Amino acid sequence: MAKITYITHDNKNHTIEVQNGLTVMEGAVQNDIPGIDADCGGGMACATCHVYVKDEWFNKIPKKEDGEEDMLDMAFEPKKNSRLSCQIVVSDDLDGLTVNIPSKQG
Amino acid sequence: MNKTDALIIGAGPTGLFTAHQLKLIGLNCEIVDNLDKIGGQCIELYPDKPIYDIPAVPECTGEELTDNLINQIKPFDIKFHLSERVDEVKKEGDNWIVKTSTGKIFQTPNVIIAGGVGSFEPRKFPVKECEKFENQSVFYSIKDKKIFEGKTVSIFGGGDSALDWAVELSKNSKVNLIHRRDDFRGAQATLDKVKELANEGKINLFTKFQMTGIKGENKLESIDIKSDDKELKTLKTDYVLGFFGLIMQLGPIANWGLNINKKTIEVDTEKFETNQKGIYAVGDICSYPGKLKLILSGFHEGALAARACFKLARPNEKYRFEFTTSSKSIKDRLGVKSD
Repeated sequence: MAKITYITHDNKNHTIEVQNGLTVMEGAVQNDIPGIDADCGGGMACATCHVYVKDEWFNKIPKKEDGEEDMLDMAFEPKKNSRLSCQIVVSDDLDGLTVNIPSKQG
Repeated sequence: MNKTDALIIGAGPTGLFTAHQLKLIGLNCEIVDNLDKIGGQCIELYPDKPIYDIPAVPECTGEELTDNLINQIKPFDIKFHLSERVDEVKKEGDNWIVKTSTGKIFQTPNVIIAGGVGSFEPRKFPVKECEKFENQSVFYSIKDKKIFEGKTVSIFGGGDSALDWAVELSKNSKVNLIHRRDDFRGAQATLDKVKELANEGKINLFTKFQMTGIKGENKLESIDIKSDDKELKTLKTDYVLGFFGLIMQLGPIANWGLNINKKTIEVDTEKFETNQKGIYAVGDICSYPGKLKLILSGFHEGALAARACFKLARPNEKYRFEFTTSSKSIKDRLGVKSD
Protein backbone atom coordinates (compact mmCIF):
# COMPACT_ATOMS: atom_id res chain seq x y z
CA MET A 1 0.00 0.00 0.00
CA ALA A 2 1.27 3.46 -0.86
CA LYS A 3 -0.16 6.95 -0.52
CA ILE A 4 -0.05 8.57 -3.94
CA THR A 5 -0.78 12.23 -4.55
CA TYR A 6 -2.21 13.23 -7.89
CA ILE A 7 -2.14 16.94 -8.62
CA THR A 8 -4.70 17.82 -11.26
CA HIS A 9 -4.18 20.69 -13.68
CA ASP A 10 -6.34 23.01 -11.55
CA ASN A 11 -3.76 22.50 -8.75
CA LYS A 12 -6.02 20.33 -6.58
CA ASN A 13 -4.31 17.58 -4.60
CA HIS A 14 -5.92 14.15 -4.51
CA THR A 15 -4.16 11.83 -2.09
CA ILE A 16 -5.29 8.22 -2.08
CA GLU A 17 -4.04 4.88 -0.86
CA VAL A 18 -3.30 2.57 -3.75
CA GLN A 19 -2.85 -1.18 -3.31
CA ASN A 20 0.47 -2.75 -4.15
CA GLY A 21 0.46 -4.30 -7.59
CA LEU A 22 -1.95 -1.79 -9.11
CA THR A 23 -0.54 0.84 -11.42
CA VAL A 24 -0.57 4.58 -10.76
CA MET A 25 -3.00 4.80 -13.71
CA GLU A 26 -5.40 2.27 -12.13
CA GLY A 27 -5.24 4.14 -8.83
CA ALA A 28 -6.45 7.27 -10.60
CA VAL A 29 -9.12 5.63 -12.74
CA GLN A 30 -10.60 3.59 -9.88
CA ASN A 31 -10.83 6.70 -7.72
CA ASP A 32 -12.34 8.95 -10.39
CA ILE A 33 -9.41 11.33 -10.49
CA PRO A 34 -9.93 13.45 -13.59
CA GLY A 35 -7.35 13.93 -16.33
CA ILE A 36 -6.09 10.39 -16.85
CA ASP A 37 -7.96 8.85 -19.77
CA ALA A 38 -6.14 5.53 -20.20
CA ASP A 39 -7.97 4.87 -23.47
CA CYS A 40 -6.14 1.62 -24.22
CA GLY A 41 -6.64 0.28 -20.70
CA GLY A 42 -2.99 -0.06 -19.72
CA GLY A 43 -1.52 -1.60 -22.87
CA MET A 44 1.13 1.11 -23.34
CA ALA A 45 -0.51 1.79 -26.67
CA CYS A 46 -2.11 5.23 -26.44
CA ALA A 47 -0.19 7.70 -24.21
CA THR A 48 -3.35 9.04 -22.58
CA CYS A 49 -2.31 8.25 -18.99
CA HIS A 50 0.65 10.63 -19.21
CA VAL A 51 1.84 12.22 -15.95
CA TYR A 52 4.78 14.32 -14.75
CA VAL A 53 6.63 12.70 -11.87
CA LYS A 54 7.96 15.08 -9.21
CA ASP A 55 11.73 15.41 -9.71
CA GLU A 56 12.69 13.93 -6.36
CA TRP A 57 10.74 10.81 -7.24
CA PHE A 58 11.69 10.45 -10.89
CA ASN A 59 14.88 8.47 -10.28
CA LYS A 60 13.40 6.44 -7.43
CA ILE A 61 10.65 4.75 -9.40
CA PRO A 62 11.32 1.79 -11.71
CA LYS A 63 12.88 2.88 -15.01
CA LYS A 64 11.05 3.05 -18.33
CA GLU A 65 10.99 -0.14 -20.34
CA ASP A 66 11.31 -0.38 -24.11
CA GLY A 67 8.49 1.32 -25.87
CA GLU A 68 7.43 3.76 -23.17
CA GLU A 69 9.66 6.57 -24.47
CA ASP A 70 8.35 5.93 -27.99
CA MET A 71 4.79 6.34 -26.76
CA LEU A 72 5.74 9.48 -24.87
CA ASP A 73 6.70 11.05 -28.21
CA MET A 74 2.97 11.18 -28.88
CA ALA A 75 1.92 12.50 -25.48
CA PHE A 76 0.61 16.02 -25.02
CA GLU A 77 3.46 18.34 -23.96
CA PRO A 78 5.98 15.72 -22.86
CA LYS A 79 8.79 16.84 -20.56
CA LYS A 80 11.92 15.26 -19.11
CA ASN A 81 9.95 13.95 -16.12
CA SER A 82 7.13 12.48 -18.21
CA ARG A 83 5.96 8.93 -17.59
CA LEU A 84 3.03 6.77 -18.57
CA SER A 85 1.21 6.08 -15.32
CA CYS A 86 0.11 2.63 -16.53
CA GLN A 87 3.76 1.58 -16.41
CA ILE A 88 4.39 2.59 -12.78
CA VAL A 89 3.48 -0.33 -10.53
CA VAL A 90 2.71 0.62 -6.94
CA SER A 91 4.71 -0.87 -4.06
CA ASP A 92 5.46 0.18 -0.47
CA ASP A 93 8.54 1.98 -1.81
CA LEU A 94 6.32 4.42 -3.66
CA ASP A 95 4.63 5.71 -0.51
CA GLY A 96 4.45 9.48 -0.88
CA LEU A 97 4.83 9.54 -4.68
CA THR A 98 3.47 12.72 -6.24
CA VAL A 99 2.52 13.08 -9.89
CA ASN A 100 1.16 16.03 -11.84
CA ILE A 101 -1.55 15.43 -14.40
CA PRO A 102 -1.17 17.48 -17.62
CA SER A 103 -3.85 19.90 -18.81
CA LYS A 104 -4.90 17.47 -21.52
CA GLN A 105 -4.14 13.98 -22.71
CA GLY A 106 -4.29 14.88 -26.39
CA MET B 1 -29.22 7.99 -50.09
CA ASN B 2 -28.08 4.53 -48.96
CA LYS B 3 -30.84 2.40 -47.44
CA THR B 4 -29.83 -0.45 -45.18
CA ASP B 5 -31.32 -2.61 -42.42
CA ALA B 6 -28.57 -1.61 -40.00
CA LEU B 7 -25.64 0.77 -40.06
CA ILE B 8 -22.63 -0.17 -37.96
CA ILE B 9 -20.32 2.57 -36.73
CA GLY B 10 -16.87 1.13 -36.17
CA ALA B 11 -14.98 -1.60 -38.03
CA GLY B 12 -13.18 -3.07 -35.02
CA PRO B 13 -13.67 -6.70 -33.95
CA THR B 14 -17.06 -6.02 -32.40
CA GLY B 15 -18.37 -4.16 -35.46
CA LEU B 16 -17.14 -6.92 -37.77
CA PHE B 17 -18.72 -9.75 -35.80
CA THR B 18 -21.96 -7.78 -35.41
CA ALA B 19 -22.05 -7.50 -39.20
CA HIS B 20 -21.58 -11.27 -39.39
CA GLN B 21 -24.51 -11.83 -37.04
CA LEU B 22 -26.76 -9.44 -38.97
CA LYS B 23 -26.01 -11.10 -42.30
CA LEU B 24 -26.46 -14.55 -40.81
CA ILE B 25 -30.05 -13.76 -39.81
CA GLY B 26 -30.77 -12.28 -43.22
CA LEU B 27 -30.39 -8.55 -42.62
CA ASN B 28 -28.14 -6.34 -44.67
CA CYS B 29 -25.75 -3.82 -43.19
CA GLU B 30 -23.00 -1.34 -43.99
CA ILE B 31 -20.04 -0.25 -41.87
CA VAL B 32 -18.55 3.22 -41.43
CA ASP B 33 -15.15 3.83 -39.83
CA ASN B 34 -12.99 6.92 -39.51
CA LEU B 35 -9.77 4.94 -39.91
CA ASP B 36 -8.51 4.20 -43.41
CA LYS B 37 -8.39 0.49 -42.65
CA ILE B 38 -10.47 -2.29 -41.09
CA GLY B 39 -9.72 -3.51 -37.56
CA GLY B 40 -10.10 -0.60 -35.13
CA GLN B 41 -7.82 -0.57 -32.09
CA CYS B 42 -6.61 -4.10 -32.92
CA ILE B 43 -5.02 -2.85 -36.11
CA GLU B 44 -4.14 0.70 -35.10
CA LEU B 45 -2.83 0.20 -31.57
CA TYR B 46 -1.64 -3.38 -31.25
CA PRO B 47 -1.43 -5.23 -34.58
CA ASP B 48 1.60 -7.23 -33.38
CA LYS B 49 0.65 -7.78 -29.75
CA PRO B 50 -0.60 -11.25 -28.85
CA ILE B 51 -4.11 -11.66 -27.42
CA TYR B 52 -4.75 -14.72 -25.24
CA ASP B 53 -8.43 -14.52 -24.32
CA ILE B 54 -10.38 -15.03 -27.51
CA PRO B 55 -12.46 -18.20 -26.95
CA ALA B 56 -11.04 -21.20 -28.82
CA VAL B 57 -8.09 -19.15 -30.09
CA PRO B 58 -5.20 -19.75 -27.65
CA GLU B 59 -3.11 -16.94 -29.08
CA CYS B 60 -3.40 -14.44 -31.92
CA THR B 61 -2.24 -10.93 -32.70
CA GLY B 62 -4.53 -7.96 -33.30
CA GLU B 63 -3.82 -8.24 -36.99
CA GLU B 64 -4.52 -11.99 -37.12
CA LEU B 65 -7.79 -11.51 -35.26
CA THR B 66 -8.81 -8.82 -37.74
CA ASP B 67 -7.85 -10.98 -40.72
CA ASN B 68 -9.86 -13.90 -39.33
CA LEU B 69 -12.91 -11.75 -38.75
CA ILE B 70 -12.64 -10.35 -42.28
CA ASN B 71 -12.44 -13.94 -43.55
CA GLN B 72 -15.50 -14.88 -41.56
CA ILE B 73 -17.61 -12.20 -43.27
CA LYS B 74 -16.19 -12.94 -46.75
CA PRO B 75 -19.31 -14.93 -47.79
CA PHE B 76 -21.35 -11.78 -47.33
CA ASP B 77 -21.37 -8.66 -49.38
CA ILE B 78 -20.76 -5.95 -46.81
CA LYS B 79 -20.01 -2.42 -47.87
CA PHE B 80 -17.35 -0.56 -45.90
CA HIS B 81 -17.11 3.22 -45.80
CA LEU B 82 -13.59 3.91 -44.51
CA SER B 83 -11.96 7.26 -43.69
CA GLU B 84 -15.42 8.60 -42.90
CA ARG B 85 -16.74 9.75 -39.59
CA VAL B 86 -20.42 9.70 -38.72
CA ASP B 87 -21.23 13.30 -37.89
CA GLU B 88 -25.00 13.39 -37.56
CA VAL B 89 -27.77 11.00 -36.53
CA LYS B 90 -31.34 12.28 -36.77
CA LYS B 91 -34.75 10.65 -36.40
CA GLU B 92 -37.11 10.77 -39.37
CA GLY B 93 -40.30 8.74 -38.95
CA ASP B 94 -39.32 5.14 -38.22
CA ASN B 95 -35.82 5.65 -39.56
CA TRP B 96 -32.56 7.24 -38.59
CA ILE B 97 -30.89 9.54 -41.08
CA VAL B 98 -27.14 9.30 -40.71
CA LYS B 99 -24.68 11.73 -42.29
CA THR B 100 -20.94 11.18 -42.61
CA SER B 101 -18.04 13.61 -42.85
CA THR B 102 -17.84 13.10 -46.62
CA GLY B 103 -21.50 13.93 -47.07
CA LYS B 104 -22.83 10.39 -47.50
CA ILE B 105 -26.37 9.88 -46.19
CA PHE B 106 -27.85 6.64 -44.89
CA GLN B 107 -31.45 5.78 -44.06
CA THR B 108 -31.83 2.93 -41.60
CA PRO B 109 -34.09 1.78 -38.78
CA ASN B 110 -31.06 0.54 -36.82
CA VAL B 111 -27.78 2.21 -35.89
CA ILE B 112 -25.26 0.07 -34.03
CA ILE B 113 -22.44 2.01 -32.39
CA ALA B 114 -19.38 -0.23 -32.09
CA GLY B 115 -17.09 2.72 -31.67
CA GLY B 116 -14.57 1.51 -29.07
CA VAL B 117 -13.26 4.58 -27.30
CA GLY B 118 -14.29 6.85 -30.15
CA SER B 119 -12.93 7.67 -33.55
CA PHE B 120 -9.24 7.93 -34.26
CA GLU B 121 -8.15 11.50 -34.95
CA PRO B 122 -4.64 12.91 -35.42
CA ARG B 123 -2.95 14.24 -32.30
CA LYS B 124 -2.40 17.94 -32.62
CA PHE B 125 0.20 20.47 -31.49
CA PRO B 126 -0.24 21.68 -27.93
CA VAL B 127 0.32 25.26 -29.19
CA LYS B 128 -3.22 26.59 -29.45
CA GLU B 129 -2.54 29.12 -32.24
CA CYS B 130 -1.81 26.23 -34.62
CA GLU B 131 -5.58 25.88 -35.09
CA LYS B 132 -5.60 29.18 -36.97
CA PHE B 133 -3.33 27.70 -39.64
CA GLU B 134 -4.74 24.18 -39.71
CA ASN B 135 -5.41 22.77 -43.19
CA GLN B 136 -3.77 25.83 -44.77
CA SER B 137 -0.20 25.64 -43.60
CA VAL B 138 -0.36 23.25 -40.63
CA PHE B 139 -1.17 19.64 -41.54
CA TYR B 140 -1.37 16.30 -39.74
CA SER B 141 -1.47 14.24 -42.93
CA ILE B 142 -0.48 14.89 -46.52
CA LYS B 143 -2.90 14.76 -49.41
CA ASP B 144 -0.94 16.58 -52.08
CA LYS B 145 2.82 16.77 -51.70
CA LYS B 146 3.17 19.14 -54.67
CA ILE B 147 2.19 22.15 -52.57
CA PHE B 148 5.49 21.85 -50.67
CA GLU B 149 7.72 22.17 -53.76
CA GLY B 150 10.29 24.93 -53.37
CA LYS B 151 8.97 25.81 -49.89
CA THR B 152 10.31 25.43 -46.37
CA VAL B 153 8.60 22.64 -44.44
CA SER B 154 9.05 22.00 -40.70
CA ILE B 155 8.25 18.42 -39.75
CA PHE B 156 7.64 17.37 -36.13
CA GLY B 157 7.72 13.80 -34.85
CA GLY B 158 10.03 10.84 -34.34
CA GLY B 159 8.29 7.93 -36.01
CA ASP B 160 8.15 6.51 -39.51
CA SER B 161 5.69 9.10 -40.85
CA ALA B 162 7.92 12.02 -39.83
CA LEU B 163 11.10 10.35 -41.10
CA ASP B 164 9.60 9.12 -44.39
CA TRP B 165 8.18 12.53 -45.22
CA ALA B 166 11.40 14.29 -44.23
CA VAL B 167 13.31 12.11 -46.71
CA GLU B 168 10.68 12.45 -49.43
CA LEU B 169 10.13 16.20 -49.16
CA SER B 170 13.87 16.97 -48.92
CA LYS B 171 14.06 16.26 -52.65
CA ASN B 172 12.16 19.40 -53.57
CA SER B 173 11.80 21.43 -50.38
CA LYS B 174 13.87 22.87 -47.57
CA VAL B 175 13.16 20.56 -44.64
CA ASN B 176 13.47 21.11 -40.88
CA LEU B 177 12.99 17.96 -38.82
CA ILE B 178 12.24 18.62 -35.16
CA HIS B 179 11.94 15.96 -32.47
CA ARG B 180 11.74 16.04 -28.67
CA ARG B 181 14.69 13.69 -28.11
CA ASP B 182 17.79 12.30 -29.84
CA ASP B 183 16.33 8.85 -30.43
CA PHE B 184 13.88 8.17 -33.20
CA ARG B 185 11.55 5.20 -33.32
CA GLY B 186 11.34 4.79 -37.10
CA ALA B 187 12.91 2.12 -39.27
CA GLN B 188 16.72 2.07 -39.02
CA ALA B 189 17.21 2.35 -42.80
CA THR B 190 15.10 5.53 -42.97
CA LEU B 191 16.86 6.92 -39.92
CA ASP B 192 20.26 6.31 -41.58
CA LYS B 193 19.01 8.11 -44.66
CA VAL B 194 17.82 11.07 -42.58
CA LYS B 195 21.23 11.32 -40.89
CA GLU B 196 22.96 11.15 -44.25
CA LEU B 197 20.74 13.93 -45.61
CA ALA B 198 21.34 15.95 -42.45
CA ASN B 199 25.11 15.64 -42.94
CA GLU B 200 24.73 16.78 -46.54
CA GLY B 201 22.75 19.77 -45.31
CA LYS B 202 19.57 18.67 -47.05
CA ILE B 203 17.65 18.24 -43.79
CA ASN B 204 18.08 20.58 -40.83
CA LEU B 205 17.82 18.39 -37.78
CA PHE B 206 16.73 19.82 -34.42
CA THR B 207 16.58 17.22 -31.68
CA LYS B 208 15.50 17.83 -28.07
CA PHE B 209 13.36 20.68 -29.39
CA GLN B 210 9.61 21.23 -29.19
CA MET B 211 7.35 23.91 -30.61
CA THR B 212 6.48 26.80 -28.29
CA GLY B 213 4.92 29.29 -30.69
CA ILE B 214 3.70 29.91 -34.19
CA LYS B 215 3.59 33.30 -35.90
CA GLY B 216 2.06 34.90 -38.95
CA GLU B 217 -0.66 37.38 -39.79
CA ASN B 218 -2.59 36.08 -42.77
CA LYS B 219 -0.11 33.43 -43.63
CA LEU B 220 2.30 31.37 -41.59
CA GLU B 221 5.70 33.05 -41.23
CA SER B 222 7.69 31.31 -38.53
CA ILE B 223 7.67 28.94 -35.58
CA ASP B 224 9.45 29.15 -32.25
CA ILE B 225 11.11 26.05 -30.89
CA LYS B 226 12.69 25.53 -27.51
CA SER B 227 15.21 22.91 -26.41
CA ASP B 228 15.43 20.93 -23.19
CA ASP B 229 18.26 23.32 -22.23
CA LYS B 230 15.92 26.28 -22.77
CA GLU B 231 17.62 27.32 -25.99
CA LEU B 232 15.19 29.26 -28.19
CA LYS B 233 15.17 29.32 -31.97
CA THR B 234 12.88 30.90 -34.51
CA LEU B 235 12.55 29.07 -37.81
CA LYS B 236 11.11 30.72 -40.90
CA THR B 237 8.74 28.24 -42.46
CA ASP B 238 5.96 28.02 -45.04
CA TYR B 239 4.43 24.80 -43.78
CA VAL B 240 4.34 22.77 -40.56
CA LEU B 241 3.63 19.05 -40.41
CA GLY B 242 2.90 17.20 -37.16
CA PHE B 243 3.12 13.40 -36.94
CA PHE B 244 2.22 12.39 -33.40
CA GLY B 245 0.04 9.39 -34.17
CA LEU B 246 -3.67 9.12 -33.51
CA ILE B 247 -5.84 9.58 -30.46
CA MET B 248 -9.37 8.38 -29.83
CA GLN B 249 -12.06 11.02 -29.46
CA LEU B 250 -15.71 10.40 -28.69
CA GLY B 251 -16.48 13.23 -31.12
CA PRO B 252 -19.98 13.85 -32.49
CA ILE B 253 -21.48 10.79 -30.69
CA ALA B 254 -21.79 13.08 -27.67
CA ASN B 255 -24.43 15.12 -29.54
CA TRP B 256 -26.91 12.38 -30.44
CA GLY B 257 -29.01 12.57 -27.30
CA LEU B 258 -27.64 9.35 -25.77
CA ASN B 259 -27.05 8.72 -22.08
CA ILE B 260 -23.29 9.05 -21.84
CA ASN B 261 -21.33 8.42 -18.69
CA LYS B 262 -17.51 8.59 -18.64
CA LYS B 263 -17.26 8.38 -22.40
CA THR B 264 -19.40 5.22 -22.53
CA ILE B 265 -23.03 4.80 -23.61
CA GLU B 266 -25.59 3.27 -21.27
CA VAL B 267 -27.49 0.30 -22.69
CA ASP B 268 -29.86 -2.44 -21.55
CA THR B 269 -28.56 -5.99 -21.53
CA GLU B 270 -31.36 -7.55 -23.55
CA LYS B 271 -30.97 -5.65 -26.80
CA PHE B 272 -27.98 -3.45 -26.02
CA GLU B 273 -30.23 -0.60 -26.96
CA THR B 274 -29.52 2.95 -25.80
CA ASN B 275 -32.14 5.38 -24.51
CA GLN B 276 -32.96 6.02 -28.21
CA LYS B 277 -35.06 3.34 -29.89
CA GLY B 278 -33.13 1.74 -32.75
CA ILE B 279 -29.72 2.96 -31.61
CA TYR B 280 -27.59 0.28 -30.00
CA ALA B 281 -24.11 0.36 -28.49
CA VAL B 282 -21.84 -2.68 -28.32
CA GLY B 283 -18.23 -3.40 -27.40
CA ASP B 284 -15.98 -1.12 -25.39
CA ILE B 285 -18.20 1.91 -25.87
CA CYS B 286 -21.24 0.50 -24.05
CA SER B 287 -21.77 0.32 -20.32
CA TYR B 288 -24.10 -1.67 -18.06
CA PRO B 289 -23.72 -3.24 -14.63
CA GLY B 290 -20.95 -5.84 -14.81
CA LYS B 291 -19.58 -4.67 -18.18
CA LEU B 292 -16.20 -6.15 -19.09
CA LYS B 293 -14.13 -4.47 -21.78
CA LEU B 294 -13.20 -7.71 -23.47
CA ILE B 295 -13.43 -8.54 -27.16
CA LEU B 296 -15.51 -11.62 -26.32
CA SER B 297 -18.08 -9.43 -24.56
CA GLY B 298 -18.36 -7.33 -27.69
CA PHE B 299 -19.14 -10.45 -29.72
CA HIS B 300 -21.98 -11.39 -27.37
CA GLU B 301 -23.36 -7.86 -27.31
CA GLY B 302 -23.29 -7.66 -31.10
CA ALA B 303 -25.11 -10.97 -31.47
CA LEU B 304 -27.96 -9.76 -29.27
CA ALA B 305 -28.14 -6.29 -30.82
CA ALA B 306 -28.37 -7.94 -34.26
CA ARG B 307 -31.47 -9.91 -33.17
CA ALA B 308 -33.02 -6.71 -31.83
CA CYS B 309 -32.44 -5.07 -35.23
CA PHE B 310 -34.55 -7.75 -36.90
CA LYS B 311 -37.73 -6.49 -35.27
CA LEU B 312 -37.33 -2.94 -36.61
CA ALA B 313 -35.99 -3.97 -40.01
CA ARG B 314 -38.66 -6.65 -40.65
CA PRO B 315 -41.66 -5.52 -38.60
CA ASN B 316 -43.98 -7.97 -40.36
CA GLU B 317 -41.83 -11.05 -39.95
CA LYS B 318 -41.08 -13.12 -36.92
CA TYR B 319 -37.47 -13.87 -36.05
CA ARG B 320 -36.77 -17.56 -35.67
CA PHE B 321 -33.68 -18.74 -33.84
CA GLU B 322 -31.58 -21.16 -35.87
CA PHE B 323 -28.23 -22.92 -35.57
CA THR B 324 -25.55 -22.59 -38.25
CA THR B 325 -25.02 -26.36 -38.06
CA SER B 326 -28.52 -27.19 -39.21
CA SER B 327 -30.28 -24.22 -40.80
CA LYS B 328 -30.65 -24.44 -44.57
CA SER B 329 -31.34 -20.73 -44.95
CA ILE B 330 -28.22 -19.81 -42.98
CA LYS B 331 -26.15 -22.20 -45.10
CA ASP B 332 -27.57 -20.61 -48.23
CA ARG B 333 -26.54 -17.20 -46.96
CA LEU B 334 -23.07 -18.51 -46.20
CA GLY B 335 -22.90 -20.12 -49.63
CA VAL B 336 -22.08 -23.54 -48.20
CA LYS B 337 -23.66 -26.84 -49.15
CA SER B 338 -26.52 -28.15 -47.02
CA ASP B 339 -26.45 -31.78 -45.98
